Amino acid sequence: MTHATIPTPGPTPGPASGTSTTSTGTSQPAIRLRGLVKHFGDVAAVDGVDLDIADGEFFSMLGPSGSGKTTVLRLIAGFETATAGTVELGGTDVTRSAPFERDVHTVFQDYALFPHMSVLDNVAYGLRVRGLGKKERRERAQHALDTVQLGHLGARRPTQLSGGQRQRVALARAIVLEPRVLLLDEPLGALDLKLREQMQVELKQLQRSLGITFVFVTHDQEEALTLSDRIAVFDAGRIQQLGSPREIYENPTSAYVAGFVGTTNLFDSATSARLLGVSAEHAVRPERLRLSAASDTRAPTEGEIRLGAVVTETIYLGAGNRVHLRTDDGIELVALEQSTGSLDSAEHRGDHVTVRFARADVVALT
Amino acid sequence: MTLSTTTKRILAVITFGVLGLIYLPLLVVVANSVNPSQSMTWPPRGVTFEWWERAAQSAGAREALVTSLQVAAIATGIALVLGTLLAIALQRYSFFGKHSVNLLVILPIALPGVVTGIALNNGFRGILGIDLSLWTIVIAHATFCIVTVFNNVQARLRRMGTSLEDASADLGAGVFTTFRLITLPQLRSALLAGGMLAFALSFDEIIVTTFTAGGGANTLPIWILNNMFRPNQAPVVNVVAVVLILFSIVPVWLAQRLSADVEPAR
Repeated sequence: MTHATIPTPGPTPGPASGTSTTSTGTSQPAIRLRGLVKHFGDVAAVDGVDLDIADGEFFSMLGPSGSGKTTVLRLIAGFETATAGTVELGGTDVTRSAPFERDVHTVFQDYALFPHMSVLDNVAYGLRVRGLGKKERRERAQHALDTVQLGHLGARRPTQLSGGQRQRVALARAIVLEPRVLLLDEPLGALDLKLREQMQVELKQLQRSLGITFVFVTHDQEEALTLSDRIAVFDAGRIQQLGSPREIYENPTSAYVAGFVGTTNLFDSATSARLLGVSAEHAVRPERLRLSAASDTRAPTEGEIRLGAVVTETIYLGAGNRVHLRTDDGIELVALEQSTGSLDSAEHRGDHVTVRFARADVVALT
Repeated sequence: MTLSTTTKRILAVITFGVLGLIYLPLLVVVANSVNPSQSMTWPPRGVTFEWWERAAQSAGAREALVTSLQVAAIATGIALVLGTLLAIALQRYSFFGKHSVNLLVILPIALPGVVTGIALNNGFRGILGIDLSLWTIVIAHATFCIVTVFNNVQARLRRMGTSLEDASADLGAGVFTTFRLITLPQLRSALLAGGMLAFALSFDEIIVTTFTAGGGANTLPIWILNNMFRPNQAPVVNVVAVVLILFSIVPVWLAQRLSADVEPAR
């Protein structure tokens, strides 16, 4: 019986993407946050955030609701005033500036389209308040609508559009102003799965073709892994880990990050001491576990860990199976195995198996 | 919850009883305005528009109507401006004493008219030393007209949320541009509804008016009160009452439709 592991989902690192390659020559980061704190009454929604976001970067802020990621976005946009710390945009301190004085634009979670204006007037709004002539602003708004493939719907009212279309109008309304930074607050949250996947691709392409900085807030870890150059994982108002999708997924530095981004097998200190001889928390991804028949009694190869286990549940996922196991010494594990097309390969509840994984695939958490 | 047939019947009888008690007297007034008998014998023996002609020719009634319309229009105008500003201040900003201001704004509609009337009368004549006139009525009416505008606008602002205004600011619009292009269009039906209610309230107000009217400025309700017990004026009073009903009911009916028909803010 052979078991291939399921390939790592999602994070295909961009071509040497990250902090420096797309820089347009300015040494200033697009956004610089220093010691940012925001209190709502007694609650610290943001509790000391330091962050540099490079020009042209697709940057995601990932975390559960209440982790402070949206508040950080609203502090960058200017809808909230920082309790302490500074916000710099392109080297200019804007901590005390009003939203309309900042060269960033936001795509809101609920789109916030103006219901009493046509789609075209919505998109032209930013140009209108800047005093552009009617002809020019209509041309530019039409162009922005064409960019998001809604050029034919300019005369409609926002209420006459579907969710996906409203989302594109909101995008067009922001990009028509050619901002250096675009802030996106869970923009795909209200869309159904198929549309969301399509919009993910379009967003990524749009960001690449415009060459501007995207700051993307999401609670969907897969979305963050798929789209981003870098990710900041938020919890309790702080950044828990900052890095490329691959770093976040492969080398989580804490049990929180390992648990929030993808599924993982966590070993507490006692278990780690027994298995690995090190008394500290460790984690290993389910797709790194291989299963073979209990009769497989070959000696472990160099750097391999072998455990006898019994299958407690097998869940069919289509592209593979998720197998829940309990080892002979009582550790609960989850393994992912790719579907081979043959029924025999699937483990069944109660089967005795051998779990194998490489010592090198086990990540130490701090 | 499903009701038994008997319960439904009983409830229907009570409902029609209450509605009848309210509206039948109004219908009697309307019928009497075309009742040929000066002493309003019932049932009317025919239809006449004699009283309507007399009312139209009565200088007192005409002047009172004009005064009422003027007072209601000006008081409503003041209420629209001040009520809207107050609602925005209280709904969108936080400042010291916010909750006290909220209470103080709503209080005039709950205060007995007689108290407001006496207080304003003393204030105008005793403290400020101004003579009572059309303008003192306007100010007195504005105190409670503000409340209806304020309540309507505040409810709309709350339902609207701040995201449209945030989006406008985000796209580069300053505070006043945002108000003109985004907030005000969203408030339009709330302002209409609040304004019409304010107009109707002012138009048929009598208690506060009796204490603040002076200098020959009589509103329609006061004219009615003064003429009601003069036997030869009684039929004309009926006509004026019908006019009053029309001017009060139509705005309220429109205001109700406006509040119901508005499409959701988002």
